[in-house]
Amino acid sequence: MITRVNNGLERRLEAETGQKVRSCYQCKKCSAGCPVAFAMDLLPHEVMRMVVYGQEGRLLESSAIWLCASCETCTTRCPNEIDIAGVMDGLRRMAIKEGVEPVEHEVSAFHTSFLEGIKLTGKTNEPVLIGAYKALSRRFFDDLGLGAVMLAKGKIKIVPRVVRDRRALRRIFRETKVGAEK
Amino acid sequence: MSFHSYSYFPGCSQSGSAEEFGLSTEAVCKALGIGLVELPDWNCCGASSAHMTNDLLAVALPGRDLAIANLLGKDLLVVCAACYSRLKTAQARILSDEALAGRIEEMVGTDPRFRGEIRHLLDVLVNDIGFARIKKWMKSELTGLKAVPYYGCLLVRPPEFCFCDSVENPTDLDRLLGAIGVEVRLWSFKTDCCGGSLSLSRADIVERLVNKLFSRAEEAGADCIVTACPMCAANLEMRQKPGRFSFKVPHRLPVLYFTELLGLALGVAGTEDWLSRHIISPVPLVRELEFLPRERG
Repeated sequence: MITRVNNGLERRLEAETGQKVRSCYQCKKCSAGCPVAFAMDLLPHEVMRMVVYGQEGRLLESSAIWLCASCETCTTRCPNEIDIAGVMDGLRRMAIKEGVEPVEHEVSAFHTSFLEGIKLTGKTNEPVLIGAYKALSRRFFDDLGLGAVMLAKGKIKIVPRVVRDRRALRRIFRETKVGAEK
Repeated sequence: MSFHSYSYFPGCSQSGSAEEFGLSTEAVCKALGIGLVELPDWNCCGASSAHMTNDLLAVALPGRDLAIANLLGKDLLVVCAACYSRLKTAQARILSDEALAGRIEEMVGTDPRFRGEIRHLLDVLVNDIGFARIKKWMKSELTGLKAVPYYGCLLVRPPEFCFCDSVENPTDLDRLLGAIGVEVRLWSFKTDCCGGSLSLSRADIVERLVNKLFSRAEEAGADCIVTACPMCAANLEMRQKPGRFSFKVPHRLPVLYFTELLGLALGVAGTEDWLSRHIISPVPLVRELEFLPRERG
């Protein structure tokens, strides 16, 4: 594995998120309270330090940036007031912009499906989301039993709810397209 | 002539997977004299997926809703914890960054600088309506029901936006439940994360988090978990245990929205219909405690 180092990473991240990661003094409170730390390849405090070290390759290819659930427990508890969840968001968006293949393919597929659904109808509709996710992640047989129960309980509505002002929606998605600015 | 009148952002789940939350919210507001005017042609706030992958989109989507709210000129009421968080965040970003506000305005066509307040229903009930007024309208106390209040993430974090009285140990929902006669059990997992948007993509992670919540709630001696977030409720109900089919129910603990319990206490119509929509049915519990009116002949 080639570990790409980028000395400008910290500054670039600061420009993107407004966060000064260098103020981290490695107390590890973030990692101690992180509910998904057990599944991450890099712990949140390690991510903070690696940003300072400019370890761009390892960070953008990590599972950690995709598994962060944005619960903001770390952000709330950080004694140096770093928005750690915001840094995770920033790194993830950087990875997307640079076209880095996500290690957590399914997580990325979920976000894409979610946003494509909104682009299509303006609202989140369970059958659209689930259909798109299954197609993108290729996990066709997950949760079929659960799906049946949800359908029976009326939790999955067949007729999608839509926004009438399609032009506004199209415009929002066109003008916020990632990579469009560069 | 209700003096509590709001424009209302219903949110996508409240007419889909969390329809019981939407219906109970509307019924409870009506019973307590809170007037709601639904935002015309609102769109999805973008939830986790937008801010996790596209910063500008995460402001633009709720930005359009804020622009619509601006036209109505009332404070905005929200019940979904995720919508609440996204709308509040977008509002703060738009009002503090004129360049961004201008860009959003150009995109959505009207002024997104919404200066009214964005309120969560729980906030309005606890801080504006007050327990005295709720008690006055109450038909019956929910005596005998033991519950743990589950706030999740987005109702309390980030604390600079949220209304709850404490970020680590909030008591707003505790006090509301206490006021309607529920026995609130102590537990340390009020604000622990359920796994949020990883529910479909990393069900294994969500199962682990959710199972911890259920075990701790059982240890605390609760009959049910009460929440104000449709994402928490969905994850809790759907992901109790890894198994051949995730819907097998190892923990018999129902998950209820606070509005449903309030509806029961206020004796509003439709309660039984909402309760029947849960994956883990709370109906046996509610019948055992005799909260539901006897079936009409």
